Amino acid sequence: MIFNPFAVAKRLRKIGLVGINQRNADYVLRYNKRKFYPRVDDKLLTKQLAIEHGLPVPELYAVVREEHEIEEVHAKLKDREKFVVKPAHGSGGDGIMVVVGRRGSKYRRANGLLMTEDEFNHHLSNALSGLFSLGGQADAVLIEYCVEFDPVFDHVSYRGVPDIRIIVFQGYPVMAMIRLPTRMSDGKANLHQGAIGVGIDLPTGRTCKGVWGNEPVKEHPDTEHSIIGMEIPHWDDLMMIAATASDMSGLGYVGVDIVLDKQLGPMILELNARPGLAIQIANGNGLQHRLQAIEALPKLAATAQERVAFSREHFGTV
Amino acid sequence: MKKSQLYILAFILAAIGFGWAGYKYQVLKFPLEPDAEVQVWTIQARAEFNATGGPNQVELQLPGRAVSDQPGFVVLDERLISRSYGEQMTKSRGGRQVEWSVRRARGKQSLYYVATVVRDEHEWVDDSRPRLADEPELSEAEQAALDTVFDEVKAESADTATFSRALVRKLILDPEDGGAQLLMANRGGARGKAEFLASALAIRKIRARVIYGLILTQSNATAEVLPLLQVHNDQRWVTIDLRNAEEGVPENFFLWSRSAKPLLQVDSDDSPNLTFNVQYNLADAMVMAKRRSEVRNRDLVNYSLLGLPLDAQSTYRILLMVPLGAFIMLLLRNFVGIKTFGTFMPVLIALAFRETQLIGGIALFVTVVGMGLLVRFYLERLRLLLVPRLTAVLTLVVLLMAAVSVVSNRMGIEVGLSVALFPIVIMAMTIERMSIAWDERGPSHALKEGFGTLVTACLAYVIMTWDRLEFLFFVYPELLLVLFALTLVMGRYSGYRLTELLRFRALATEQSK
Repeated sequence: MIFNPFAVAKRLRKIGLVGINQRNADYVLRYNKRKFYPRVDDKLLTKQLAIEHGLPVPELYAVVREEHEIEEVHAKLKDREKFVVKPAHGSGGDGIMVVVGRRGSKYRRANGLLMTEDEFNHHLSNALSGLFSLGGQADAVLIEYCVEFDPVFDHVSYRGVPDIRIIVFQGYPVMAMIRLPTRMSDGKANLHQGAIGVGIDLPTGRTCKGVWGNEPVKEHPDTEHSIIGMEIPHWDDLMMIAATASDMSGLGYVGVDIVLDKQLGPMILELNARPGLAIQIANGNGLQHRLQAIEALPKLAATAQERVAFSREHFGTV
Repeated sequence: MKKSQLYILAFILAAIGFGWAGYKYQVLKFPLEPDAEVQVWTIQARAEFNATGGPNQVELQLPGRAVSDQPGFVVLDERLISRSYGEQMTKSRGGRQVEWSVRRARGKQSLYYVATVVRDEHEWVDDSRPRLADEPELSEAEQAALDTVFDEVKAESADTATFSRALVRKLILDPEDGGAQLLMANRGGARGKAEFLASALAIRKIRARVIYGLILTQSNATAEVLPLLQVHNDQRWVTIDLRNAEEGVPENFFLWSRSAKPLLQVDSDDSPNLTFNVQYNLADAMVMAKRRSEVRNRDLVNYSLLGLPLDAQSTYRILLMVPLGAFIMLLLRNFVGIKTFGTFMPVLIALAFRETQLIGGIALFVTVVGMGLLVRFYLERLRLLLVPRLTAVLTLVVLLMAAVSVVSNRMGIEVGLSVALFPIVIMAMTIERMSIAWDERGPSHALKEGFGTLVTACLAYVIMTWDRLEFLFFVYPELLLVLFALTLVMGRYSGYRLTELLRFRALATEQSK
């Protein structure tokens, strides 16, 4: 079939697919005030705000702000087997390092490779000098609890932590997906790097369609298990957390990333002021109709419960 | 912000830009193309006369310098060649003249006036006050003949203009009957006849005068002075061509003088000789347009880029193209969706290509960035901190470029020598960003972005170095306002990008099933 851009554009418009230009012009620029950006761009600030609002987040083990603090961090982490290193201003999962164990003085990373203390220090120092942050400004590094992910995802993940992304518009959850790490993504739950995105039907909390790269998939490429029809545990909690987190951020159009911990349940990993558009492919649905439905509401509901109820009633995946 | 406000602003900006450029093109005749040429005439008036030895004074009528003095032409430049004579230009009601004077001169004298003339469409304003010419002195027979002619002419005319035209026909074009021949005998050449007609019309209280000019053609030759008869019909001057009795100024007529005084008057010589030599040339349209606007209004040139020193001008030739390069970036990023390193890095790389030419630039870019990447990967293993590492990469880039220059010079290739200004910092940043992308997102991603950057830079380079476009934006910098307006309008484009359509293509086909 010959690629006809106009025909494709017409069909996509019918589905209500939001493109990058439209997301930026009509939603991000309009609903996200600049002054609230630090709340989501600085993961340390996000964590503090979440704690104030009573939202669950992974426990913070240590913060490194200066070069000389790097050496001290090993002592602080002495009793920890597993932890995650995260640049406070990292974007798109850049610079996140998951340590799952030790062997002598070396750290074992989630991908199975061992890392010397020296290499570990270098990574931290890179992060501090802003290698992973937008614009390259100096950064801080968070070392936090490594989520023990819920066994329900065991057979559909290749190492790493699957996470759930919920897009919230003016407090209403509008679309959700779960991102499953693959061998290709090096255990990272990032679609750019090869993770699978699976759309979640908001009313039922069940997965429906999957996408890997730009291809629709039904099974996990590494484990061969079906990724369709899985029920996401704590679905109502997840929706509530997302709706509340959006209130906390002050942003009108925000992506909330949540992980499910075996013992501790859902926890907020981070928020994103410019959530990607792949969620639409994962769901096989466009965002626009849902966003317009909310813009058309005469009055926004005050409580998170009401908003979640509205979303669960209206935003089924078709 | 309302969208309509944006569109109104964009419209106003575009209108200003286009209007301004249109004025320069239409009225000031600025060229659209760099090698455009215009017709230029160099007219040389040569006054020859005999001097008797004592003090002498020469007066030559000159063409008007103001734009509205001339129908169809404008004088851009003029100069006098007068050797030992003192010269003084004066303006009087009848026109402009130069007065040459000398205390002592003997023998044959030659004085010159040279004017550079180009075509110029504008209104010809002639508000000189009409005046009755002196009536001619006529013998009785002549008087009677003239009355007869007047009566005949009157019968076949309706107003002043047609009366005068009929008179020209009767007396000059075909003086058949004896009366007309008697009248026109011994009137001299065309000039004498014209002057007689103007004075004869005074008898009938018609205000008439003779103007003198030259017909400028596309050949170099001695030009004859062409007299034209003008009669005033109470509202305006009506010009009548004595060669065919047609109304209106003949084509290519360059008005020299409309003064009642003779064109050349010399104290010492009753019959001085005045010859006109016309040289036809094609000249650079740009230079002429500049002169033309100077003649109209000095500030037009002084407060424009054309008034800058030449080296500043050549800088602006390049600078004015940068927004265009950025605009190309805008199109490629927001409409096509090409991914590049940094927002404007491709434009900067394109600027750098100016120094090296395209092929050499690409080769140099790929070589230096490729080798830089290798070194950068090695430095990564040495665990340098970010800033020292960048400094190291920068140093290496300079050394690499020096090496490329030396090697290519030995091999006799010129490209390597022109790299001096190739922005090394940009290269170093490209290497750094590319290696991060390589580490974080994989080689394919890094290469894709690198390739996108290079393609965009090439495209921007091609557009930015397009001679005609460069010339157009330099001569009409106000077109940047139009570009600005376009940018504003496109700034609100929220449709799909081309790459998005490819990316989401599967979704579209899936849904249509």
